[in-house]
Amino acid sequence: MAEVNMAEATEREFWRWAETNWSNPEIEWRDAQYITVGIDVGSVSSQAVIAVDGKIYAYGNMRTGSNSPDSARDVLAFALEATDLPADRMNYCIGTGYGRVNVPFADRSITEIACHARGANFIYGPEVRTVLDVGGQDIKAIQCDEKGKVSNFLMNDKCAAGTGRGMEVFADLLGVPIGEVGDRSFEVKEEPEAVSSTCVVYAKSEATGLLRKGWTTEEVLAAYCRAMAERIYSLLERIGVAPAFAVTGGLAKNRGVMDRLMPMVGLERQQTEWDTQIAGAAGAALFGYALCSKGKGRQ
Amino acid sequence: MLANYGYKDASGDFFITIDTDHCDGCGDCVTACPAQVFAVLDEDPNDPMREEPVAVVADDKKKKLKYECNPCKPGVDRPPLPCVQACTAGAITHSW
Repeated sequence: MAEVNMAEATEREFWRWAETNWSNPEIEWRDAQYITVGIDVGSVSSQAVIAVDGKIYAYGNMRTGSNSPDSARDVLAFALEATDLPADRMNYCIGTGYGRVNVPFADRSITEIACHARGANFIYGPEVRTVLDVGGQDIKAIQCDEKGKVSNFLMNDKCAAGTGRGMEVFADLLGVPIGEVGDRSFEVKEEPEAVSSTCVVYAKSEATGLLRKGWTTEEVLAAYCRAMAERIYSLLERIGVAPAFAVTGGLAKNRGVMDRLMPMVGLERQQTEWDTQIAGAAGAALFGYALCSKGKGRQ
Repeated sequence: MLANYGYKDASGDFFITIDTDHCDGCGDCVTACPAQVFAVLDEDPNDPMREEPVAVVADDKKKKLKYECNPCKPGVDRPPLPCVQACTAGAITHSW
């Protein structure tokens, strides 16, 4: 009987995306007045952003573990690794995301709605009026003003259909590294119809059926990406889309979904050099600075 | 700010919208609702810079609105919803 090397088999994690940290060496923190931190503990990924007097100085982005307080600690340590900033130099910390109440060292928590709007305002600029955040397990559609203040929002967190986690499951099912899903989904002769459900469980069994019928991996990816785009658009439609339109969250990096979504929206989406996953934590760090400047910081 | 609480699923859209620009956090909706769907918070969790109290849909209700609101929404002869009627500022609307 042939033996399967289990260690090798489990190493092939197609869903895994790169965890990154970064800092801007040109920013000097030593004579800063306020160093504020935003921690976004999401359902799939966690980010820590460090702001020095309202400027983004460093960030870390990694996977959320099974324990929210540990994830918060780990991701902050990961961000600090990129810097020479001592952990006790921080003036204020705000927690956001699903795990926001489980950030042990946070001074207060703010919902991810407010933080994502503020973060998108920073990442994409003040002309952004509509922010779509496609996170690990929810979708948020937000309208905001030129200061990043929310004027209308909707969040679908009851069901994970059409979110990042679903995409990870598909990457794994089809054995396609998650970073290649977008490009591979366009390697089809003819655009297939969307799978009939974006529910991860139903879509997964539908995909298995399609593969058995002889569909290529690329065709199945295309069908799922299209279904996700349609699902996202149906939520976006509810609150309406005003330009400029920006997308945050991990799915902003997946052109398989984004390039199918944009023709439905009928607008161009804003481009950025920043990691789109840090929007929530960046917003939290900037709120921290705003609160400190108003004398509402740590007493 | 238009705060849309609720969800969309295969059976429809179930959102309660609270216009926080019109809400002064009086709490009339909290007492009017027979299903305790509303709550008043001292500060708006979605607007950290706001300082007045505001009504929200309670966390444990927002994923069950279809069922929680059902008794106030008979199929025929719909009376005005107690929450909508109680809100003299006109800040509450239902999507279904």
